[in-house]
Amino acid sequence: MVEKERVLKINKKFQIFAYAYLLFLYLPVLLLPIFAFNDSTIISFPLNSFTFKWFAGLTEETYLHESLKNSLFVAISTSILSTCLGILASRASARYEFFGKKSILSFLILPLFLPEIIVGVALLVVLMQLGLALTLWTVILGHTLICTPFSIAILNSAFANMDMSLEEASLDLGETRFGTFKRVILPMVTPGLISSILICFTISLDEFIIAFFLTGTETTLPVYIWGQLRFPAKLPGVMALGFLMLLLSLLLLSLFEYFRRRTNRVIDDQVNLEFGNLFKS
Amino acid sequence: MKELDKEVTKNNIVELNEVFKHFGEIAALDGVSAQISEGEFFSLLGPSGCGKTTLLRLIAGFEEPTKGTISIDNSPMFKVEANKRPTNMVFQSYAIFPHLNVEENVGYGLIRLNLGKEETSRRVDEMLQLVDLEGYNSRPAHALSGGQRQRVALARSLIMKPKVLLLDEPLSSLDKNLREQMQVELRNLQRTVGITFILVTHDQEEALTMSDRIAVMFDGKIIQIATPQELYSRPISKRVASFIGEMNFIEGQLLIDEKGKTSVEAGILGKMDVNRDQIAVPLDSGLVTIGIRPEMMSLLFEERDRTEFEIGGVIKESAYFGDMTYYTVEVSGLNSPLTISMRNTSGRRILENGESARIGWGSESLVILNKT
Repeated sequence: MVEKERVLKINKKFQIFAYAYLLFLYLPVLLLPIFAFNDSTIISFPLNSFTFKWFAGLTEETYLHESLKNSLFVAISTSILSTCLGILASRASARYEFFGKKSILSFLILPLFLPEIIVGVALLVVLMQLGLALTLWTVILGHTLICTPFSIAILNSAFANMDMSLEEASLDLGETRFGTFKRVILPMVTPGLISSILICFTISLDEFIIAFFLTGTETTLPVYIWGQLRFPAKLPGVMALGFLMLLLSLLLLSLFEYFRRRTNRVIDDQVNLEFGNLFKS
Repeated sequence: MKELDKEVTKNNIVELNEVFKHFGEIAALDGVSAQISEGEFFSLLGPSGCGKTTLLRLIAGFEEPTKGTISIDNSPMFKVEANKRPTNMVFQSYAIFPHLNVEENVGYGLIRLNLGKEETSRRVDEMLQLVDLEGYNSRPAHALSGGQRQRVALARSLIMKPKVLLLDEPLSSLDKNLREQMQVELRNLQRTVGITFILVTHDQEEALTMSDRIAVMFDGKIIQIATPQELYSRPISKRVASFIGEMNFIEGQLLIDEKGKTSVEAGILGKMDVNRDQIAVPLDSGLVTIGIRPEMMSLLFEERDRTEFEIGGVIKESAYFGDMTYYTVEVSGLNSPLTISMRNTSGRRILENGESARIGWGSESLVILNKT
């Protein structure tokens, strides 16, 4: 018999407040699908008839396709790059001692708390000074900068919670250091790697400020959407696009959550475990 | 004597020569030398922090000594990495790979040998049979109990046919019953495979029941290397004596007469003749400590009971352990009370506190130790 947990009854008024808050939070998002299927160029009630034409219209926008391709390229490159950097940083933080370790790691995490506009402007100034042209690669550079802290935060717990004796056992059984990394360390942190890639992809895909500053002639999707807002006739199309992006984000986040839990489960299977997961609390 | 001959003819499989290990300012190992023979069950016994695990890790190759040499099977191990040494280790946490099943765990080290699928699985099955885990091949690691994890860890190491198997407190995380069962199994397994085992433990009982020889370590040094019986009956210092079980210490004088006959004078206990071999380290006449184990003294219950020596005392305290009772007996004229253990045989009652009792012992059960 599981003992019943002691719970306190919550005040009814607070409960109503909580629901009202959630409604306020998500109602605007719910409007997206509503107007995305509404057969009218004006975004207001009452609604007209149901239509798919805004979605069909998306297929004809060549600029949209270009920016979508750009965005995917940026997001994929960023997620791989950030995750690679994240692997190196978390591994170093988990296993090695070096001078200034604490401050180095704090500064690696710092971009998480810096206003993006500051990062964007600063990077722009530096790139201009260096005389580099603004391309998708400069956007990738900026995105990697802000995504790496997330990757480190996710991977840190995966690396740190790994029992050191597993690596030693592998070496002891005749495996090389590289073989140990391949056969023991990587498989154990794979769920963490996947969730890192997913979260970095999601962040990069809808990041606007840095992309806006660092983009050259090729725009990313959020920058394209921002540009479309100037034309009222395009608004329903943007709604449809937004709805699709919302679905994609939800899908990616659920995948991320699934793999994050798997990371913890793999670690749970070890005999001794501690939790230091940033996303746990 | 016979024991000694046997050791000379056996090969030394591990040789430690003046091994030092410093971690920064701290000396974890402070000049350790020892020879471990082929096929021996050797234990490193000591309190936590005495350096025993460090020594094991040096032998395994996870750490390099600051000074001194380690040879395994007559080849020096300087700068030889763990994956190149003929040793395998059973970790305290067992370190079972959580993402692999039993078969993959046990066969982990064979993969690099490229034996082919059939030969690999034949050897794995053979090992699983040896450790009593037949049919567990596809069981995932997380579905194993503590005892099963240990067997997998053993099989995974033994399958590599090491010259030396290193065991780092392998029984400490098991409950008491399973621990006792595994002690016997481990000992039998060692006899079956004939591989040298080096066991690290802080549990003196475990070391005594399993080992051929025990090295007692304190503060990064080996204090005494001996067989279990020797270690228990002839400890070389008060510290070793009280770490391996319990012992009464009585102050006394060592007397050596002109013919070389030795005896001790222990105040109220009188003068007792002792043999040379009862003197643990070479001692001159003068102040010494006389040691005697609690079970080597007895309370004389019956009027007619006689022993070589006896003295009267008063029971101060008794602790009942089921099969044994431990008495603390105050003897006037002695600085500290004596601890005496008595087997609870049928018809024998437990003495009350304050009751007077006769204590008996023989001079052959005394150990003469250095004063400090």
